[in-house]
Amino acid sequence: MPASTTTSSLAIHADNVSKIYRRFAHKRQFATLKSAILSGSLVRDLKPDETFRALDGVSFDVQAGRTYGIIGRNGSGKSTLLKCVAGIAKPTTGKITVNGRISALIELGAGFHPEISGRENVFINGIMLGLSKAEIERRFDEIVEFAELAPFIDAPVKTYSSGMYMRLGFAVAVHVDPDVLLVDEVLAVGDEGFAHKCLDKFAEFRRRGKTILLVTHSLGLVERFCDEALWLDKGKVKAVGVPKRVIDAYVTEVEESEEAFLASQDARARERVDLGAGSSVPSHDAGVPEDGVTAGNVEAPADMFKAEAGRWGSGDIEITKVDLLDPQGEPGHVFHSGEPMTIRLQLAAKSPVKDFVFGIGLFNADGVCIYGTNTNIEEMSAQEISGTGEARFVIDDLALTEGTYKLDLAVHKLDGFPYDYHRQLYTFRVKSPIKDVGFFRPRHRWSFSSSVRLVQLQGPEGWRPHMKDDEPQA
Amino acid sequence: MFHNLRQLVRYRALIQSLVTRELKARYRGSVLGFFWSFINPLLLLVVYSFVFTVVLPGTHPPEIEPYALFLFCGILPWTWFSSSLTEAANSLMAGGNLIKKVLFPAEILPIVAVLSNMMHFFFGLPILLAFLIWFRPTISFVEVLWFPVVVAVQLLFTLGLSLLLAALTVHFRDIKDILSNLLTLWFFATPIIYPMHLAPGTISKAVLNANPFSHFAVSYQEILFYEGPFGHWKWLLAIFVASVLLFLLGYFLFDRLRDSFAEEV
Repeated sequence: MPASTTTSSLAIHADNVSKIYRRFAHKRQFATLKSAILSGSLVRDLKPDETFRALDGVSFDVQAGRTYGIIGRNGSGKSTLLKCVAGIAKPTTGKITVNGRISALIELGAGFHPEISGRENVFINGIMLGLSKAEIERRFDEIVEFAELAPFIDAPVKTYSSGMYMRLGFAVAVHVDPDVLLVDEVLAVGDEGFAHKCLDKFAEFRRRGKTILLVTHSLGLVERFCDEALWLDKGKVKAVGVPKRVIDAYVTEVEESEEAFLASQDARARERVDLGAGSSVPSHDAGVPEDGVTAGNVEAPADMFKAEAGRWGSGDIEITKVDLLDPQGEPGHVFHSGEPMTIRLQLAAKSPVKDFVFGIGLFNADGVCIYGTNTNIEEMSAQEISGTGEARFVIDDLALTEGTYKLDLAVHKLDGFPYDYHRQLYTFRVKSPIKDVGFFRPRHRWSFSSSVRLVQLQGPEGWRPHMKDDEPQA
Repeated sequence: MFHNLRQLVRYRALIQSLVTRELKARYRGSVLGFFWSFINPLLLLVVYSFVFTVVLPGTHPPEIEPYALFLFCGILPWTWFSSSLTEAANSLMAGGNLIKKVLFPAEILPIVAVLSNMMHFFFGLPILLAFLIWFRPTISFVEVLWFPVVVAVQLLFTLGLSLLLAALTVHFRDIKDILSNLLTLWFFATPIIYPMHLAPGTISKAVLNANPFSHFAVSYQEILFYEGPFGHWKWLLAIFVASVLLFLLGYFLFDRLRDSFAEEV
């Protein structure tokens, strides 16, 4: 029967799994045996007062021999799902079937007893994970070698460093030789070398046709490693399929929510300096600085370099609205390294003004100025501004590394007298597929002599976007 | 439930190694190490002998001499029983990490608590044996055969009660605190420091008979202390039946609450 063949090749089958956790009402925490008996049956008190749906109708199948990644935000139910698959937690409704021996790397070394030696703990942990004594004896040397703990194996585990502890836990768990390996964000174990060893071990599992279920925040790992990915959001399956597509959808949503967060942050900052919906520069006497935000002073703060977010100026020329535009011309707060970005200022002059300079400052999250310029520095001579207008600062290639940045925008007299100064009121985030460090990414390429050979690995979409032109055409 | 009970047999290697671990870990770091298993009951005996021969002399009738041997017959099994319950009640909380993070049959934890205390009980037996050889060289071998039977029944009884307490303590942490006081009361309501037939007037016979541990204590005393054949076996049989029922009840409740442990611990 074709139906049964497909079922038998399934390693994990989850059918409409829901998990409801109870949240404790205040009074429940003080419930005692006595009060439970006095107020009624034990059974009634064991029923939930308030519930929280950690998983909501999750269904998925993992074919045997596949590597399956689960991604999602904190609190989306990933770990709960993994625990349900492992059999540690029981789904409230629905059913999970797992074919074959499971080993769950949820917390490494969870069963270790601090007082006894590493050697004895390996045996007990191995037995807990389903090995027989003889099996552990056979694999013992391999485990110790993998954990790099040969000199310390007879010392009590309480003397181990946390890294040693985790390494030993990991070593035992992967040597259980499971058919289905469940991994919950445990690759951050030990140093770089050990992390590589773990990945190699996973690769070996894959080669041997074992099934791996991986819960992680490392999207790169999912993309490189998994055959299929599932995106869990608030306990529900949001997307499932080819890792690249699922990750793209996930990243987009994360950006959207980041966008919303930054937008609300910006809106709050601007509210405090009264730059709401098209309002004018606050009147001169209304300026009382509050919680570090200077609002509506004519005078610039004494020390410009120490000034916090705020707004000041005479208001003869006003910056009424600021938008950061993405390549499609849509206003936003999240941008991509190497792509264009435009800063659009909407301006209003009460009366025609002849002496004015537009300035811009770019700051990192710590408030360090990364770049600053103005129209005077760039040798533009102001002629006149009158009525309303618009100024655009167009960046063709956002040569910044990943991070959060803030903007200063100003219009002032040549001698520095401010018309309207917006101090760090605008925040944007830059995303980059390459995790280079620092702030500024000069346009660059590598070249090597013929005796030095490197291979460009396949990167994610958007890999080195500002170098597209430099790449040889296939 | 019976399926899970059968599963338990598969885990005997784990139970065995966990009991070994408990024993090893308990005295790790102490100078005398394993000897504490012998010394502890001996010290306990010295304390009780001191109390009842020096501090409160004449409280025990002259016919229960040697009093130390009499005391020992009851105190050793009681220590096993009471420390098993105390540890078992706390075992799920103490082993919370295992229940939450490892696929692990939770009942193993209280079972290990009972069994490791049983091992301590066994380690105390050589001292009892030395007492017997010294005081009662005429002990009949046939009577001693009853000893393992009583131990087995007590094991079943303790296991049942331990499972029950362990499961309930997860939901009602108060049990842990009440338990030690209840056990002290229980100790004095059991004919351990006094013989059954010479119980203080205020403790009625009915109460003593309703107390299951009375029958364990009396059984041990009849086998090891008193001359003559073991006459308490009818009571022991009744306690055995009760223990089986208690074990099934304890396991049933434990099994019912099992799924809540990972969340509540």
